[in-house]
Amino acid sequence: MTALGWAIVTLVLAGSGTLVLGLTLRWVDRKVTALVQWRVGPPWYQPFVDMLKLMGKENLVPSTARGTGFLIAPLVALASTLVVAAILWHACFRPQVGFVGDLIVVLYLLTMPALMTMLGASASGNPHAAVGASREMKLLLSYELPLLCAILVGLARAASLGGAAWTFRLGDLVQAQSTWPAVASASGVLALLVAIVCAQAKLGQVPFDLAEAECEIMSGVLVEYSGPSLAMFLLARAMLLALMPLLMILVFWGGLYTGAWWGILTFAGKYLLLVALVTLIRNTNPRLRIDQTMKLFWFVLTPAAVLALILALNGH
Amino acid sequence: MGVTTWALQKSLWVYHVNAGACNNCDIEVLELLTPRYDIERFGMVLVGSPRHADVLAVTGVCTRQIMPRLQEVYLQTPKPCVVMAIGSCAGGQGIFTEAYHMATPVDETIRAVDPNAIIMYVPGCPPKPEAMIDAAVKAINFLKTL
Repeated sequence: MTALGWAIVTLVLAGSGTLVLGLTLRWVDRKVTALVQWRVGPPWYQPFVDMLKLMGKENLVPSTARGTGFLIAPLVALASTLVVAAILWHACFRPQVGFVGDLIVVLYLLTMPALMTMLGASASGNPHAAVGASREMKLLLSYELPLLCAILVGLARAASLGGAAWTFRLGDLVQAQSTWPAVASASGVLALLVAIVCAQAKLGQVPFDLAEAECEIMSGVLVEYSGPSLAMFLLARAMLLALMPLLMILVFWGGLYTGAWWGILTFAGKYLLLVALVTLIRNTNPRLRIDQTMKLFWFVLTPAAVLALILALNGH
Repeated sequence: MGVTTWALQKSLWVYHVNAGACNNCDIEVLELLTPRYDIERFGMVLVGSPRHADVLAVTGVCTRQIMPRLQEVYLQTPKPCVVMAIGSCAGGQGIFTEAYHMATPVDETIRAVDPNAIIMYVPGCPPKPEAMIDAAVKAINFLKTL
């Protein structure tokens, strides 16, 4: 098959798989939240039904909005998440094939949903959305630096473990860590913890859901979105929920070993552990103010990530 | 019944509009989210914006102040949507019918902008959560006929 054919097949398979996985994880999240609150919670198909329903609703564009930017933003957010899904799953199942720098492309594309929510919110002309967009921007500025530092730790560990030069290919990263993952070291543990908190912020989950705080700014950035365009944003978020644990496993925890049944089992175990952590953090924390969030990321997590990087460069 | 209509009756998102209520019905609406009633079993959640809503849960008498705003919120809700007039006040202005600050009742206010609006009435002062769940079931049964 030609390279283009492979690309299309990967995009379709990984995209649809991640959609299903992400929506299922949304249900797990809601069900666990309900159980924590001593409720029964929604049936397993609830997120799928929600998306289907939104597809059949009216798509309203407010009279104060810039129509083009308002409607393009959710499309770009969904499309970039689909490409991230294709690259990450490709690195899982065919680590030998891949292009140099795919990790950098993934990191760029992962910021697109946040950028697009800002763009869409600003285009909607709603004051609540403007407040939400400003908070989203500050949140992005807060968590990107520690996240990148933490991912550099994964690269440094892979370089020292694999005994090779630094690599920006996810496949090489996974193969260098196949016997001894980055997380089996002091710097790796510290970096993974920082990355988990950053992923929580990237997913917009409590305690970092201040961009769409329901009770103060009425779902903030999403306030003017309805019907299919809202569904696209929610789908992009559900897919991110499936992709962030995957990225962390690829960078810190040795990826997916498809050669044996225990490889797939341990991968599933790691994955479920990271997803459960997201839900657990969400259910046991109150929302932080934006100044508290920025202080946490800049003065606690960034130094921690830099410390981890220094440790990793010295071979710990 | 199309696929999206089927999905709609499985996942009704509620936006709560207070049109001059005494807060009694509002407390009873919040009761639906508690472990005892847990309306999320049927896929119903409270949302923060009328743009996301399928059901407008209107409480209160509809005062002259709120009347244009209620109409605006109804127009901002993507269709198809259901209006649930909760409490005796929202149903027919209750004991405040003759008062000086009354606009038209909730149903007439909404029919003034959309004659074909779907309106459910939940009488009571305040109505019990069971009555509201019953109204939700009736709304779902009505949506099945669309």
